[in-house]
Amino acid sequence: MATTAEYLEREQKLEGIGCARKRKEDPRFIQGKGHYVDDVHLPGMLFGAVVRSPHAHARIKSINKEKALALPGVRAVLTAEDLKPLKLHWMPTLAGDVQAVLADEKVCFQYQEVAMVIADDRYLAADGVDLVEVEYEPLPALVDPHHAMDADAPVIREDLVGKDEAGQGKRVHDNHIFRWEVGDKAATDRIFATADVTVKQAVLNPRVHPCPLETCGCVASFDKVRGELTVYITSQAPHVVRTVVSLLSGLPESKIRIISPDIGGGFGNKVGIYPGYVGAIVASIVFGRPVKWIESRIENLSTTAFARDYHMVGELAADKNGRIKALRVNVLADHGAFNAHAQPTKWPAGFFSICTGSYDIPVAYARVDGVYTNKAPGGVAYRCSFRVTEAVHLIERMIDILAQKLGIDKAEIRFRNFIKPEQFPYHSALGWDYDSGDYPTALKKVLEAVNYPALREEQAEKRTRGELMGIGICTFTEIVGAGPSKNCDILGVGMFDSCEIRVHPTGSAIARIGTITQGQGHQTTYAQIIATELGLPSEVIQVEEGDTNTAPYGLGTYGSRSTPVGGAATANAARKLRDKARKIAAHLLEVSADDLDWEIDRFKVKGVPGQEKTMKEIAWAAYNNVPPGMEMGLEAVEYYDPPNFTYPFGAYLCVLDIDRYTGETKVRRFYALDDCGTRINPMIIEGQIHGGLTEAYAVAMGQLIAFDAGGNLLSNSLMDYFLPTAVETPKWETDFTVTPSPHHPLGAKGVAESPHVGGIPCFTNAVNDAFAHLGVTQIDMPHTAFNVWKTIHELGLDNRA
Amino acid sequence: MIPGTFDYHAPATVDEAIRLLGELGDEAKLLAGGHSLLPMMKLRFASPKHLIDLNRIGALKGIREQSGMIHIGAMTTENELIASALLREKCPLLPEAAKWISDPQVRNCGTLGGDIAHGDPGNDHPAVMMAVDAVFVLQGPRGERLIVADRFFHGLYYTELAPDEILTEIRIPAVSKGTGYAYCKLKRKTGDFATAAAAVQLRLDGGVCKKINIALTNVAPTALKAGDAEMSLTGKVIDEALIEQAARKAMAVCDPAEDQRGNRDYKTHMAGEMTRRAIRQALARAKGN
Ligand SMILES: Cc1cc2nc3c(=O)[nH]c(=O)nc-3n(C[C@H](O)[C@H](O)[C@H](O)COP(=O)(O)OP(=O)(O)OC[C@H]3O[C@@H](n4cnc5c(N)ncnc54)[C@H](O)[C@@H]3O)c2cc1C
Repeated sequence: MATTAEYLEREQKLEGIGCARKRKEDPRFIQGKGHYVDDVHLPGMLFGAVVRSPHAHARIKSINKEKALALPGVRAVLTAEDLKPLKLHWMPTLAGDVQAVLADEKVCFQYQEVAMVIADDRYLAADGVDLVEVEYEPLPALVDPHHAMDADAPVIREDLVGKDEAGQGKRVHDNHIFRWEVGDKAATDRIFATADVTVKQAVLNPRVHPCPLETCGCVASFDKVRGELTVYITSQAPHVVRTVVSLLSGLPESKIRIISPDIGGGFGNKVGIYPGYVGAIVASIVFGRPVKWIESRIENLSTTAFARDYHMVGELAADKNGRIKALRVNVLADHGAFNAHAQPTKWPAGFFSICTGSYDIPVAYARVDGVYTNKAPGGVAYRCSFRVTEAVHLIERMIDILAQKLGIDKAEIRFRNFIKPEQFPYHSALGWDYDSGDYPTALKKVLEAVNYPALREEQAEKRTRGELMGIGICTFTEIVGAGPSKNCDILGVGMFDSCEIRVHPTGSAIARIGTITQGQGHQTTYAQIIATELGLPSEVIQVEEGDTNTAPYGLGTYGSRSTPVGGAATANAARKLRDKARKIAAHLLEVSADDLDWEIDRFKVKGVPGQEKTMKEIAWAAYNNVPPGMEMGLEAVEYYDPPNFTYPFGAYLCVLDIDRYTGETKVRRFYALDDCGTRINPMIIEGQIHGGLTEAYAVAMGQLIAFDAGGNLLSNSLMDYFLPTAVETPKWETDFTVTPSPHHPLGAKGVAESPHVGGIPCFTNAVNDAFAHLGVTQIDMPHTAFNVWKTIHELGLDNRA
Repeated sequence: MIPGTFDYHAPATVDEAIRLLGELGDEAKLLAGGHSLLPMMKLRFASPKHLIDLNRIGALKGIREQSGMIHIGAMTTENELIASALLREKCPLLPEAAKWISDPQVRNCGTLGGDIAHGDPGNDHPAVMMAVDAVFVLQGPRGERLIVADRFFHGLYYTELAPDEILTEIRIPAVSKGTGYAYCKLKRKTGDFATAAAAVQLRLDGGVCKKINIALTNVAPTALKAGDAEMSLTGKVIDEALIEQAARKAMAVCDPAEDQRGNRDYKTHMAGEMTRRAIRQALARAKGN
């Protein structure tokens, strides 16, 4: 028998699941040795730059390319006219709509793509852009979505006039995109009619942008001789890009190779297909030369996918004790000029119907109306699963507002409404099957850690002196890991994910997964899964993603789907290998496979000490001595179609103080408890939570894509678009509980988006809590000093008597 | 984010720079730290055909004291101001304010002269210069002239500098005993310009305010002197009521532009609040001296 010490040592050597192993990616990133799209330099490469509209809404009267074409080094100026013969001046979106690749007769948002200049280098391309003369006839701009369906609203999409469908069901106005309803409206209305208490509140999730550090871009390289197209691209879903490019270009999918190299953050911004990509690909096919297109920061913030812009009205019906009886929600969703919302095809509002949250709400109804406005298209899931941030935001604000109305403590009202641990698996009123959870334990742990009663006492005492202190609580449930192919697909492709593992004769391995890391550390964590499953050290397990010529087809990384779907595929592929290894071991040890026990890194014959084969030995044998009739080699592929989503959850608490003369907010304490089931790498989890909380802080406290009344963008540089630095970022305290997912092979759930989803309402609840005693029920984000001061000033709290 | 084409010149002396400036005329721009000019060029708000780089001119650098005045070369960087022991002792408001400018990258390159010459009301040094009674040395083909900070800033990006002149030096009287100072700046985040800021330098004698300068940043097309506020405190023993009154007088001179930092009302109130805080802090420091 192995001693406990030997056993532990062997286990530790693997650096498998549960190990806070250092990230394999970091040595190259911190030494500037990463390889991003803009690091790709190919011989003879040309550069594309985009001519953009200065107007939010205008008719294009003429485009004059002459001066630009006269500049030496400018090779072409592409416009919609040039793309028309190829039928590429419009392209399909992931949401069933179409989007102009280059503006076709009119522009519908400021900075819209009007022409693309192709030149010998990026400086000449920029000079060329300046020389393209476009004549516009400005049209009235529609900026406020609340007026989108007015009788006299300007019609944005003339291409859709007369069509009562834009890819997501019936529309009722030229600027209407879809109406999506879920739940039992009649039953909900009945409960509202007779409830003890009801609350109703308009809650805004303003338009923001994921703003990854690396902007979007690509290098398209078409080899005319071979008829092959290679595209290096900032994509969170390279295989989907390959399918779309094949459908658009008519090239066989086998002749297209999409490579996502290192990606400098995605956060949903890199899910879609953008006009710049299409322009670069077309130009490369035309010239037979590589063409690079890289966005500037301004272009990124102005045009490639934004997030949120959900104008919600929430209502709760409850009894006198604060037990919620029903939820009713109406949402106006501003999708911009084209419906390029990123979503599984059948979900026009994503998984917004998770809006019953962590609470046992018997009846609910939600309705979402999508409208067009003269703004950039998008509506992506910014560090969250599809529309989950919006959903959680709504319910977490509403439960606070209900508590306020009833005079019940905000923690207490949550305990009264939580889905109880024994209710799992739990079927929600809006149709979801929550896999596992223990909400009361999580919240209790947080309240104890921060000494909640003492904080409330301090707050009460501060209030007597006119000081503003807020305590925010958020107990969220996420829905991640899209998703079961029975209800999730993208353009008809089921949302499975995949892993292929090859173990080499000497006991090292390469694994290729259909997802793509953008900072999440997949190269580290997937190796850990395989290490534990196969008993090989994670150090010798190479993980590759992002090259469609080598990785198996996968749907990519967003919506926290890598661990729930790709991680499950990885575990299952490894298990297939272990099954084969067991048979090889049995053959080598001349026993039946049933006589073997698996122990960390080897098979042992039951009851016969010393009779064992390590995985390393088995790997060697797989290439020279396998049982008769068995194929040689040690390889496996798994395409994993998840049976359900996973439902990570958490309890967060924020304490902040507000300067009542400047409106500045200082976060004093932020305590985040997350439960993501089995924890693969605690250090990476903590890092992801820090990152997600920082982005949550950014959204809650400052981020806003702002427009003036004419549709001109006011915040498209990092001077005005808030990206917190280390100076502004609060200190984070993290904690966890572990409630494994019952259906995931490892019991793991996604985690990296939870802090964003749960963090935003926590901050906003804290700011609102600071004013709750003054009768304020809702202050919308972002809570900039200016915005907070407006509330203070209206209430006269800054008076110096 | 790519500038148009330009020629680059790197003179070694002030005379050569002035000659180049004269020859190349309107098409030329002086390049100091580049942290205001280059962003404007990248956005193609400015497209000079020639850049005359002042970084090789040693005579434009350095900080020294000469008969009670501190002389600072226009090409002295923010970080050099912050690191200067002489300034900390003889003109402490300047390094204090410099710390509030943007971030370490900008402060490594950005210069005092460039910050002043740019004529941007969002820049911090113009108000600081007014608060410390700075004198600017302007050199051109016709020789040298001196001008006090109060008279230098005429409008948005519009200063007393003639197109053929260079700001070569900044001269500031060394502080005397009983001086207190403060720069209070409200900004949204590191790297941001002021929503509003107030520079205050005052001198107490037997508890009485003998002289006070109050200047405001980013609440008008130029940095502003709050003259009425200064007058209301001069010759007085400053107390909270007087501070409140002075803050209101400072607010009265504000004429800010609305932007993402806030509307006119907010910025005006913040100018008042920064004034209160700066006077209080300056007072406390003067009493400690
Ligand atoms: C992100 C960011 C944030 C910033 N935040 C702040 C802030 O909070 N506060 C602040 O004060 N500044 C701020 N700045 C501006 C910064 O301090 C600049 O460095 C400064 O405004 C200009 O100095 P410079 O040496 O970089 O000049 P340059 O950019 O090289 O030149 C600016 C202008 O002055 C002219 N000029 C330069 N030197 C002379 C001279 N000796 N004689 C005549 N003309 C001359 C140039 O021709 C040009 O027109 C910020 C800049 C950035 C990029």
